[in-house]
Amino acid sequence: MPNSGFEVLLSVNNLRRLAVGLGGTLEIALISVAIGLALGIFYGLLLTSKNRLVYGLCRLYLEAFRIVPVLVWLFLFFFGSAIVLGVNVEGFFVSVAVFSLWGCAEMGDLVRGTVTAIPLHQWQSAEALGLDKWQVLRFVIIPQALRKITPPAVNLVTRMVKTTPLVVFVGVTEVLRVGKQIIEFNMMKNPLASFWIYGFIFMVYFLICWPVSRFSKKLEERWAF
Amino acid sequence: MRGLTERLYKAGILLQLLAFVLGLAFTQAAFAAEPGSLAAIKAAGKIRIAVFADKPPFGYLDESGKNVGFDLVIARRVVKDLFGREDAVEWVLLEPANRVEYLEANKVDIVFANFTVTKARAEKVDFALPYMKVALGVVSPDRNVIRDIKDLRGKKLIVIKGTTAETYFAEKHPEVELLKFDEISEAFQALTDGRGAGLSNDNTFLFAWANTNKGYTVGVPSLGSLDTIAPAVRKGNKELLAWLNGEIRNLGKEKFIHKAYAEALAPYYGNSVDPEDLVIEGGEFR
Repeated sequence: MPNSGFEVLLSVNNLRRLAVGLGGTLEIALISVAIGLALGIFYGLLLTSKNRLVYGLCRLYLEAFRIVPVLVWLFLFFFGSAIVLGVNVEGFFVSVAVFSLWGCAEMGDLVRGTVTAIPLHQWQSAEALGLDKWQVLRFVIIPQALRKITPPAVNLVTRMVKTTPLVVFVGVTEVLRVGKQIIEFNMMKNPLASFWIYGFIFMVYFLICWPVSRFSKKLEERWAF
Repeated sequence: MRGLTERLYKAGILLQLLAFVLGLAFTQAAFAAEPGSLAAIKAAGKIRIAVFADKPPFGYLDESGKNVGFDLVIARRVVKDLFGREDAVEWVLLEPANRVEYLEANKVDIVFANFTVTKARAEKVDFALPYMKVALGVVSPDRNVIRDIKDLRGKKLIVIKGTTAETYFAEKHPEVELLKFDEISEAFQALTDGRGAGLSNDNTFLFAWANTNKGYTVGVPSLGSLDTIAPAVRKGNKELLAWLNGEIRNLGKEKFIHKAYAEALAPYYGNSVDPEDLVIEGGEFR
């Protein structure tokens, strides 16, 4: 075959552009994961509240981010802020805000599930041993909760990474969009470029997500009883 | 235990408040200059123009990642005539489905992205004078070129489902037998396999295809109702619209759109295409 299309991956320019796109993907993913997970822990504790108003508001937020697709939230923030408030927010900030809020909502629900799953007698027994509130949390509750929450939290992280291509709709350049640009540029003279570019992007996502799940597996093994 | 959880709730609420305030600060930081009027654009020192990044030959990125294409050649000239230099511009890359919203939300000043003028769109944005026209075409093998719809009698015409070509032939020429496909690649494969006498689609697309696939000619270059392609500004931005229209008329005087055609479209379409089938100079379109 004279034109296998593989040469699109040998071009320094193409690789450089894909790398820049990947930077965009990682930047949004990492910042949102960090903010989302950190806020999600506190939000999860709020979700265990017995106060009906606090619980109701938290629940509303959670359901809103669960029911409404992320793409719609991106549009709401991106175009909504401009049309309703007259404020022009860049796509990057919109993406980070929406992904953080989404991560926070999902993480919060995981935390709530884990905390409620730890039996009350764990608190009571620890207190009976003379530990104070912070010690109970530090030595009894958190270690157990952490172990329980790691698998679903890692799942959430990889889901967030894999959802980042949606940010192209608010004008952010990420790796999948760069790939598409290169494919379209080569469409006429190199129709097989799509195979190699998409294959490359597949590998990139795999290389991001796989170590994360390996790491969580290691943690689980280390923490096993 | 209650004391602890209460403290945690308070900390949580405080953190959420902090996040909200930080979010607001972010928003303020990302505030762009109040856009719109010609004076505001000039004061900002640059104009925001929306273009495609993956639609060759109209708007795409070349190997080095530079914005190029037919729309870009014209848009660069517009920028140059406005500011005296070509680089006083911020290219905003968008997807076809978002073009109206970018203008409505005031995120760009002009959309220069192969924007077909339609009634529905004209209610939401203001189109300037057109610089290009598109219509349907029919491509067929060189050994048996279809030059007229009459040539199709008793033969099969390949179309792609859901396209304007399908609607046009079903409504205006029901006598032509259609062979319909879901995918573009399938349809062209059927043409090369000889399963139909010709294939109908947007003429711009067919010109490019016929140029790279030897042995085929766009025998019917223009068919059906002509649509025009024009830049658009935000609804009610009269000042910018008037300036842009004046600019397009001026470009017509020096046949600039033909130059843009020669630079960006001719390499894709080859010599088989008559530029007059596509180009509109000075916005003059009957």
